[in-house]
Amino acid sequence: MDTGGALMLLRCISDIRRKGQQTSLEGLKPEFTELLRRIETQWPPLERGGTVRQRRIRWTKALPQVVRARRASVLRALAFLGESTVAFGRSLIRPRSVRWRALLRIVESDGVRALPITGLLTFLVGVVIAYQGAEQLRKFGTNIFIVDLVGISLLREIAPLIVAILIAGRSGSAYAAEIGTMKVTEELDAIRTLGISPMNLLVLPRVIGLVIALPLLTMYADVVGVFGGMLIALSELNVSFVEFIDRFEEAVPLRQFLIGLGKAPFFAAIIALVGSYQGFQIRGGVDDVGRHTTISVVQGIFFVIVFDALCSILLNWWDL
Amino acid sequence: MPLATNIETLVIEVNHVATKFGEAVIHEDVSLCINRGEIFAIAGGNGCGKTTLLREIIGLITPTSGTIRLFGLDSRRLVAGDGYPIHRRFGVMFQHGALFSSLTLAENVAVPLREHTTLSEALIRDVIAAKITMVGLAPDSAHKYPNELSGGMRRRAALARAIVMDPELLFLDEPTAGLDPIIAAGFDELVLSLKSLMGLTVVMVTHDLDSLWRIANRVAVLGGGKVLGVGSMKELSQSDDPIVREYFRGPRGRAASEQAAWNHNGPHT
Repeated sequence: MDTGGALMLLRCISDIRRKGQQTSLEGLKPEFTELLRRIETQWPPLERGGTVRQRRIRWTKALPQVVRARRASVLRALAFLGESTVAFGRSLIRPRSVRWRALLRIVESDGVRALPITGLLTFLVGVVIAYQGAEQLRKFGTNIFIVDLVGISLLREIAPLIVAILIAGRSGSAYAAEIGTMKVTEELDAIRTLGISPMNLLVLPRVIGLVIALPLLTMYADVVGVFGGMLIALSELNVSFVEFIDRFEEAVPLRQFLIGLGKAPFFAAIIALVGSYQGFQIRGGVDDVGRHTTISVVQGIFFVIVFDALCSILLNWWDL
Repeated sequence: MPLATNIETLVIEVNHVATKFGEAVIHEDVSLCINRGEIFAIAGGNGCGKTTLLREIIGLITPTSGTIRLFGLDSRRLVAGDGYPIHRRFGVMFQHGALFSSLTLAENVAVPLREHTTLSEALIRDVIAAKITMVGLAPDSAHKYPNELSGGMRRRAALARAIVMDPELLFLDEPTAGLDPIIAAGFDELVLSLKSLMGLTVVMVTHDLDSLWRIANRVAVLGGGKVLGVGSMKELSQSDDPIVREYFRGPRGRAASEQAAWNHNGPHT
């Protein structure tokens, strides 16, 4: 008989006793008597549901708790933003304190190595836009406007946004996981006790590196995406490369390209800051790393799109 | 064991420190003084706030109330990052080493030198080689990454990094936890020899009763958010406090004290 068996036996006995009948145990081995005695006297049964089911929390109590937690996390995020701004300001005054090697490594791993995937994606997006446009434009016989469609939409909005979303998934998550793991393994504490600022060592190279890499990636994505559109214009609408490029010069003003490119550094800063911040928020174990990595991607993309929408509204006001 | 607390200079002063994490009270009222040149151990049961106290002393977290002075400087200024010259004066060995996993052993040990000095590359290499052999690591392990090292080697590497700036004060967080008895004893010897060689003050958090008997000059026992007793192991093992007595006179404590009595070359005899 094991512990579970003893418990079951005791439950039977107590059920029978409750019905007012007598019970007696016979022929029990001595070691089991000891087990039964112990279970009866020393290990009282858990209160039903008391420990297993959590007590329901009243919303009147829960709401202030949630509000307080939200406020604290907003304050932490603002403090982080402030700290990184101060660190950035200091590094402008003393450029020698910037970790150039770490920064260049970021440009390589998050810029250069992201070239194939960003190229492939924006090429395909260029193809898709051109295909969808071709259907409509052919109906009106205005084939040449494929240039306006592909050029403006890609350069101004789609290429920067696609690249930013891709990098948020690729690099933002990596920043959160890297910094979070360093926190879990006490490497962050070690950095602090060695008198090195984690802001300087970990956050600034990532932010500045990505601010350099993302506009370059966006430019590359512009070229590849438009090339995708050109191929479809040729095959579906019989717009030759020469015609396409001729039209491109007048249809797509430099302004459109600059607006798209101008947003890229801001997207980069958002992604790098959100990723690093989520990394610092990781406290304990393994699932915390996963959770904050997910949050870093979701929030990164969220803030990128919010910022993009704000830009669209503002630029519309200023008639750009 | 001299009781000359006031004659020697104070290195660390912990004054009425209380710590709360939300609802949980870690320290109610903790006060300690640590003198220059001693090996001071902080002991106590699991979850009594030993490591938290250590992290407060080195300025990684701020206590809820009370003050901590490190070399006479408020540790809150360490948190704010103003303590830069102070950071050169102490080294910390974390529980699991906390070596930077992206750097080799040699690069790990070199980090403080590269960061805070303008020494030439050749000199840095010599210093690292000296420190690595000083902690008893083979020179050919210098180019291994932390995940290629065993637990004991990682501790030694972390110790090398902690002493690379020749600090006056060395913090050890559970230096022998999880090491086998032979390696743990070797680590104790290493701490003793480094202490006499470099004139270190050592503050360590530990559970290891053997190492408490072997190397600690004074021990503080934490429990219930307070300091239950401070003194040499002999004094503490005769303490009136039931928790302290249980801690040192329990079956493991007795075995360790008998062992210490056998080794007549210990610092307490």
